[in-house]
Amino acid sequence: MTMATLGSLAKLIRSKNAGPWKLTVDVMLPDTETYDRVVSSGIIDQATISRLFGMDPDKVEIYNYAPAKAIKISFPRFRPNGHPEDTDLFGGQQFAPLVDLEVPPVHSIP
Amino acid sequence: MTVSYLSPVGMLGGGFTPEYFETAVRERPLDFVAVDSGSTDGGANNLGEDKFFFSRDAVKRDLRLLLIETRRKDIPLLVGSCGGSGGNWNLNWMWEIVEEVAREEGLSFTAALIPAEPDREVLIGKLRDGRIRELDPAPEITEDTFRDTHRIVAMMGAEPFQKALEGGADVVLAGRASDAALMAAIPLMKGVDAGLAWHAAKIAECGGAAVTQMTKPEGMICTFDDDYFILEPVSPEQQCTPTSVASHALYETANPVEMQEPGGTMLLDGVRYEAHTDRSVKVSGSRFQPADAYTVKLEGAALQGYRSAVIGGVTDPVILRNFDEWFENAKAGADYTMRRALGDERADLCKTTFRIYGRNGVLGDRETRKFDNDHEIGIFMVTVAPTQELANSAMATISHTILHFPVPQWHGLVSNLAFPEAPHEIELGPSYSFVLNHVVELDDPLEFYDIEFKEV
Repeated sequence: MTMATLGSLAKLIRSKNAGPWKLTVDVMLPDTETYDRVVSSGIIDQATISRLFGMDPDKVEIYNYAPAKAIKISFPRFRPNGHPEDTDLFGGQQFAPLVDLEVPPVHSIP
Repeated sequence: MTVSYLSPVGMLGGGFTPEYFETAVRERPLDFVAVDSGSTDGGANNLGEDKFFFSRDAVKRDLRLLLIETRRKDIPLLVGSCGGSGGNWNLNWMWEIVEEVAREEGLSFTAALIPAEPDREVLIGKLRDGRIRELDPAPEITEDTFRDTHRIVAMMGAEPFQKALEGGADVVLAGRASDAALMAAIPLMKGVDAGLAWHAAKIAECGGAAVTQMTKPEGMICTFDDDYFILEPVSPEQQCTPTSVASHALYETANPVEMQEPGGTMLLDGVRYEAHTDRSVKVSGSRFQPADAYTVKLEGAALQGYRSAVIGGVTDPVILRNFDEWFENAKAGADYTMRRALGDERADLCKTTFRIYGRNGVLGDRETRKFDNDHEIGIFMVTVAPTQELANSAMATISHTILHFPVPQWHGLVSNLAFPEAPHEIELGPSYSFVLNHVVELDDPLEFYDIEFKEV
């Protein structure tokens, strides 16, 4: 059985600058059931984000935000936006590694 | 108690449909119209180069509609972070447009201008007194940062807007301001709960962006009751849903639960988003916690140098099948010829970045996914140097070397880059970078903000 991906479960996955020094990724889930499923799978944790984004795990902030059925992931920018070494001025394409992340089915969660 | 306002568009100059806007202002019981004009998204060049990213014509078009309709109804018009970055140049640029529209349309009113560039010596004094604190992550700064940085702005809170309105202003033009403070100022004056006022402002400052599909930028109407607020798009073609509004509350902010403003923190842990009608949403449960110390955030733009760029496409399968090794050799060859042409001393002043689109050009070394791409890639290279002439000179040599750098399988002179434009070198001008991510403590929320009143 193929596993569901985060991209197939979410209504929105996007990234954006949160000021010139931070990036933030929003994962919006369609309903409480799906939100609970993704959160309880534990798949979005500091280790995963560190692996997917090449980021020091201690610098990764993860917020499970039930009022919006959203998971928010924030981390420092490598450079402020617009710096000669920056590659993504608005930070709009930084979410990509999350889209195909596989989310285990509920019954396989120990 | 009911307070209502309209945010016509996310960025002044972005444009909105006149008919929808006029109908809303004339028929709704609005207390004011407020529009944000700022963003740091475009990088520091807007602040550093004294420019605005929208055209003067586009800004004037929006301002004409805003000024005519708010004067017709005699309600205040507030504009925040004038001219994109809210520096003094940007504020004056927008003020000239407002004056011009007023003259052309025969409007008269009291305007207030609130510059947001603090005195440099005052900032140095604050640094010495330990009253400037870094936010994580922040660059190293010294007293020279405050002397040498081209422009430094301090993001004002709601109080300067309130002071301008108390002084009789009909139109308030502010330098760099918190986007939310612009929208929260009047609701707070009218007694709206601070949690609701700030939370609504955070969502409404982007105009009608908190809708399901923003096919065209339009506005948002926000209406407060005692313990909730309602957001409704100005355009009858668009709709807000609990998801669209909730997602926008998270937009461009690192922490969804706590959001800092100059006077305190929004606390959004107990928020409820509910459908009010099929196109409007009711929000409740927001809280606001006043801060112990009143702080404003500093932004500064420092010159990095001048840039020259070349973009070229590679589709030769021989290069692409062994691209990384070939490109490392080509870059080394380019460095050699550049040093021979400029001399080591001048070459050391030039810094070149290479982005390989189609091969991790966006995420770079941090890309962990693997794609097979032996079809086509784009090479984008930029040199930054202390003068434009030196940047042009370095890029000319570097790109020319890579263009003709040997490919092992071919015997003879090759041309490896397909240039889409003539001339193929692009002069990108000055490059600025943000050099401050700090907050400064104020003795009084108005300390940095001297308001200038003008009669039109």
